[in-house]
Amino acid sequence: MGFMNLFKHFLGDDWGVHPDDHKRPAADQPVRVMPVPAKLYLPLQQHLGGAARPSVLVGQKVKKGEMIAEAQGMVSAPLHAPTSGTITAVTEITAPHPSGLTLPAIILEADGADEWIELHGCDDPFALDPAEIGKRVADAGVVGLGGAAFPSAVKLIGASRAKVTTLVMNGGECEPYLSCDDRLMRDAAAGIVDGIRIMLHATGAKVALVGIEDNKPEAIVAMQAAASGFDAVQIRPVPARYPMGSEKQLIQVLTGIEVPADGRPADIGVIVHNVGTALALRTAVREGKPLISRLLTVNGNCASQPGNIEVRVGTLAEEVIAFAGGLKGDGLGLARRVMGGPMMGMQIPHWRVPVVKGTSGILAFDTVEVAEQEPNPCIRCGSCVKACPMGLLPLEMSSRIRNEAYGEAIDLGLKDCIACGCCAYVCPSKIPLVQYFVHAKGELAAQDRAKLRTDATKKLALQRQERLEREAREKAEANAKRKAEREAAAAAKAAAQAESVG
Amino acid sequence: MIAAVLSITLLGATLGIILGVANRFLQVEGNPIVEELLAMMPGSNCGQCGFPGCSGAATAIADGSASPACCPPGGKALATAIAAKLGIEVDLSGLSDDGPKIAVVAEELCIGCCRCSKVCPTDAIIGAAKQVHNVFREACTGCSSCIEKCPTEALVMRPVPVTLQHWVMPKPMAA
Repeated sequence: MGFMNLFKHFLGDDWGVHPDDHKRPAADQPVRVMPVPAKLYLPLQQHLGGAARPSVLVGQKVKKGEMIAEAQGMVSAPLHAPTSGTITAVTEITAPHPSGLTLPAIILEADGADEWIELHGCDDPFALDPAEIGKRVADAGVVGLGGAAFPSAVKLIGASRAKVTTLVMNGGECEPYLSCDDRLMRDAAAGIVDGIRIMLHATGAKVALVGIEDNKPEAIVAMQAAASGFDAVQIRPVPARYPMGSEKQLIQVLTGIEVPADGRPADIGVIVHNVGTALALRTAVREGKPLISRLLTVNGNCASQPGNIEVRVGTLAEEVIAFAGGLKGDGLGLARRVMGGPMMGMQIPHWRVPVVKGTSGILAFDTVEVAEQEPNPCIRCGSCVKACPMGLLPLEMSSRIRNEAYGEAIDLGLKDCIACGCCAYVCPSKIPLVQYFVHAKGELAAQDRAKLRTDATKKLALQRQERLEREAREKAEANAKRKAEREAAAAAKAAAQAESVG
Repeated sequence: MIAAVLSITLLGATLGIILGVANRFLQVEGNPIVEELLAMMPGSNCGQCGFPGCSGAATAIADGSASPACCPPGGKALATAIAAKLGIEVDLSGLSDDGPKIAVVAEELCIGCCRCSKVCPTDAIIGAAKQVHNVFREACTGCSSCIEKCPTEALVMRPVPVTLQHWVMPKPMAA
C-alpha cells in the first residue's frame, strides 16, 4: 500500500456527493411506449463529432429504418427515419441546448403505417469478424446512450486496435431523477448481457465488469440472473454516489486503476460503454435495426405522472410530456425545464425541442427543486475541494477564471474538470462554480479557433503578397522584352533603310 | 613591470578587437521582440490600428506607445497572447463589446466593379468584372478596408453569426 493509499485509507476517499436520488416512484412504474407522433424533428447532429449530411430530398417517401442522413468524417454517425413517412423539410429548429440557438434538422411527417425497411440481421454475431460488427454498429447510427452520445463504432474499432482487455459497462446511472437505465436492466437484462457479449467479441476484451449502483437492487438481481452462465460478464454492485457513472471514476472503483490526466481509458486497456448502448448494439447487430427510439425518464415535481417512456427519436419534448400525463396545474409552478440529468443535463428554453439519441430524461422542476439563490462570496471552507472527484481546487480555479486568467486555471487542472457539478452542489455560498469552468472551457476553445483562423488568414495574406510581387515582376519582364523587341525591330529597320539608301 | 604593462595592454587590445569585430558581424538588426510580435499578428497589413501595417504596430507595441489591444482582427486572443509575451497588463474592455465582424456583400447592390477584391489583404472576395462579388467567411479578417472602396455601398460589416458550435456559456455574474 503506497503512502497515498494509506492516507486515503485513514481519511476516507470521499469524493463526490450524495444527493437525494428521487428515482422512485418513477423507476418502479412499468415502461410506457409512446405512439409515433404526427411529425418528427431530427437534428443532423445528435452525436459528438461531425454533423450528418442529409441523403434524402424534400418530398421523398421513406420507410422506417431508412438512412436519411449519412455520417460525415471520421467521428460521426448516420441518422435513420424513426417511422415511415414523407420528408417535409430540411430546416433550422431550436436545439436541445441551453443557448436556445438553432441547428439544421430533417422534418419527417409520419404516414401512420410505421412500415420497416428490409432488415438484414444476423443470427450468430459471434461468427462475424470484429471489423464487420464495427461496420454494422456504425451503419445503425448507434451512439453512447449515457448522455455524451459518442459514436459507439468509433470506440469499438479503436478498442480492438488499442488491445483493450477490460470492458467496463456503465450501469451506474448516478444522476438523480433518472431511472431509464435501471428500468432497462430490470426489463431487458438478457438482451443487455447478450449485447455485452457481442461487445466483448468485437473489442477482444477478456472480461466485462458491469458497475451498478447499490440503490438499484432489482436491477442488480435481474442482471446477475441474466449473466449467470457467462463467466466473462461480471456484475459488480458499486456504492451509490454521484458521479459514479463518470467513466474515470467508475474505472477506478471497478479496476483500481486510475486513468492518467492527459490520457484516455484505452491507454490503460479499458473502454466504457453504457448498458443502454449494449442493448442498442445488440438490436443493431442481431436484428439489423438502427437506433431510432430510446427509453427516457420523465420526472420532476411538476410532472404529474413520472415514469419511463419509450420514445421515437425526434419527438418533441412537449408531446412526450403530454403523453406522460402533462404537467401539474398545467405547468403553473414550473421553474426550470431540463433535458438529461439534473446535474449535467441541459436547461432548455421551451418544450418545443426534440428528443435526440442522447436524451436520457425530460425533467420539469418547480421552484422548491430549483432553489435559486444569489451567490455569496467564497468563505474558503474547502467543501468543493473535498467533493471534487477529479481532485481539483474549484475555488482557486473559479477565482482565476473570474479575473480571466485562463492560463492559471489550466495550470490548476481546468482541463481535467469533467463538469460534474459536485462543487456547485456543495458550495454553501451557492457560487456557480461549474458554470465558471464550462465558460472557461468554451472561451479557451474560442481562443484556439481564433488562433487557427489568424494563422490561416496570415497564410492567405502572404500568398497574396507573393502573387502581387510575381505579377509585378512578370509585367516588368514582359515590358522589358517588348521594349527590346521594339528596339531590335527599329534597329533592323534603320539598318535596312541605311542599306537601301546606301 | 614591463611584462605586466605589456600583458595588460595586449589583453586590452585583443578584447577590443574582438568586441569591434563582434559589433560589426553579430550586430542585431532592430528589436527581436518586434519580430516575434510580428509573427503573432494577422499579417494582413489592414491598417485598422492606425499604423502603416503590422510591422508598424508591432514596433509601437514593443516600445510601449500602443496597447496590445490595438489590433481589431486579432481580437482578444491576440491581445492576451501579446500581453503574456511582454509581461504586461492589458485592458480588454474595448475589444469584448461586439465581437468580430466580417464583410458581407448586398448582392442586389453590387455592380461587379472589382474595386473591393483588389484591396482585400487576404483575397477573401471573389468575383469577376460585372459579376456579383461575394465574401469568403472563413478568409475575411474583418479589416473593413474594402468598405470605403465600394461605390454603391454594397459592402457592410456584419457581426459573425453565433452558431451552436461557436457558442460559449456566458461568465456567471460575480458574487
